[in-house]
Order: sequence, then structure tokens, then C-alpha cells
Amino acid sequence: MEAVLFFVAAIGALGGAIGVIAMRNPFYSVLALIVHLFSLAILFLLLTAAFVAAAQVVVYAGAVMVLYVFVVAYVGGGTESAWESIPGQRLLAPLLGLALFVELAVAVLASSLLALGQDGPQVSSGFGDPAAIGYLLLEKFLLPFEASSILLLLAAVGAIVLAGRRSESAVESATGAASAGAPREREPDEAAPVAPPTGAPTR
Amino acid sequence: MSIEWYVVLSSLLFATGAMGILIRRSPIVILLCLELMLNAGNLALVAFSRMVGNQQGQVFALVVMVVAACEVVVGMGLIVAIFRRKLPLDVDELRELRG
Repeated sequence: MEAVLFFVAAIGALGGAIGVIAMRNPFYSVLALIVHLFSLAILFLLLTAAFVAAAQVVVYAGAVMVLYVFVVAYVGGGTESAWESIPGQRLLAPLLGLALFVELAVAVLASSLLALGQDGPQVSSGFGDPAAIGYLLLEKFLLPFEASSILLLLAAVGAIVLAGRRSESAVESATGAASAGAPREREPDEAAPVAPPTGAPTR
Repeated sequence: MSIEWYVVLSSLLFATGAMGILIRRSPIVILLCLELMLNAGNLALVAFSRMVGNQQGQVFALVVMVVAACEVVVGMGLIVAIFRRKLPLDVDELRELRG
């Protein structure tokens, strides 16, 4: 049962990943990534990581993918041209990807970690559930937890600064301040011709 | 299923993501491929956490998720800014910074 579920989820994850890089339209790539993320959530459940699986579905497949869909819908999914900036790019890239996979697989399987060949130790039923993870986050990893919240805040502010529309009023006030500043500098010049006539009668 | 299946699947997904970054030129799809690679790393973290029988790897995976979310938000902001300036959404044409 577990093996069947693993292979179904693995095929889903791999198919989703290949779909992401093979689809011409970015919108379909996003949809393929959602398939990939759901399959990964199943794999996390098989690894008794219930909270990570739930966060994967809610945060990733929910919130982050909505952001992607909105941006793709806003930008519009233009298809890429077939022009290659590096000759043979489409031929070399799969070769390099295959080489990377072989290297990683050799590194893992030749690492002589005996525990890799086993199912892992027997764990209690509370392994990876929200209570255990929450306890770890707030007791042992409080500093990384707070640091990641600050990182999220910075990212939100940065995205607003990057993507925020430069409103017309802001541009006008910027130019208005410049034009308001110009007369203020010109004031002495204008005051200079005016001052002699007013000063002349008194003289 | 033994842990090595998960780890090999994770390396396969990572290689797929890296291949996508090499092939594709749309910045949106490149960000999606970055997501693939981060998720492959997450799978390896959770698998190794199961192998050791320790939940700290899962906390690490959660932090990776946060970092991925930040990366997506900033990347999407950049893409929207590029689009607003009527620049081409193609990483081969956006090469003013290249030496």
C-alpha cells in the first residue's frame, strides 16, 4: 500500500516537474507546479511529516500559487521564441541536468549511510504533528522562527516598493516640489530688480 | 519504502529544476523551476529527518518554505516592475548588467 502510494506520488511529482519545464504557456506551467506540490504533500505524509504536508498544501499550493496565477494573468503568457542565444542550448541543458542527477545519485548512494536503505526508525504517533513542530519552533528554534517572520515582512515591503505603481500624484508632487523650489531660488533675482525701484525713491 | 527512494527522487526533481532553469528564458518559468529545486531540497530534508528519527529537519523544511515564499514575492514584484516598464520578459534580452 505504502509502495503504491509512493510510486503514484512520485510519478505525480516528476510529471508535474517535467510539465513545468515543458509547457510553452507559463499558465500551464503554474498548473503543473500545483500537481507537483500536491504530490509532494503526499510524500511528506508518507514520511510522517503531517504539519509540513499541511503547510505545503495551504501555503504553497494555496497562497503562493495564487500569486503566480495572478501575475501570469497580469503579464500575459507569451510563448517563447525558438531562438537560442547559446548554440545547442536545448541539447546541452538536458545533458547537464542528467549529469547533475547522476552526480547527486552517486553522492547519495555511495555515501555508505546504512540507514538510507532502511525505512527509518520506529517513531511515535506524534512524530511531525503540529503540536511537536510548534513546540520545537517556539522552544528550541525561537530565534530562526522570529528571523523568518522578519524576512517575510521585509519581502512584503520590498515587493510593494518594487511593484508599487508610481502614482501620478506622487510624480506631480515631485515635479511640483521642484517647480516650487525653482521660484524660491528665483525670488532673490526677482527681488533684486524690484528692490532698486523701491529703494531708489527713498534715496 | 526505504529512505533512499525518497532521496533519489529528490535528486531527480532537483536535476529537473536545474534543467528547466537552463532551458527556459521566461523569468516566470525560471522562478517556477527555482521552486522545483527548493521543493526537492525540502523533500530531502524531510526524508533525512525521518531517517534520523528527529523532527528538527521538518522545522528546517518549514523555514525553507518561508524563504521560498519570500523569493516568490520579490521575484513577482520584479516581474511586475519589468512588465510596467514595457521591457521584454526574456532573460536573454535583459542583459544590461552583463559585462
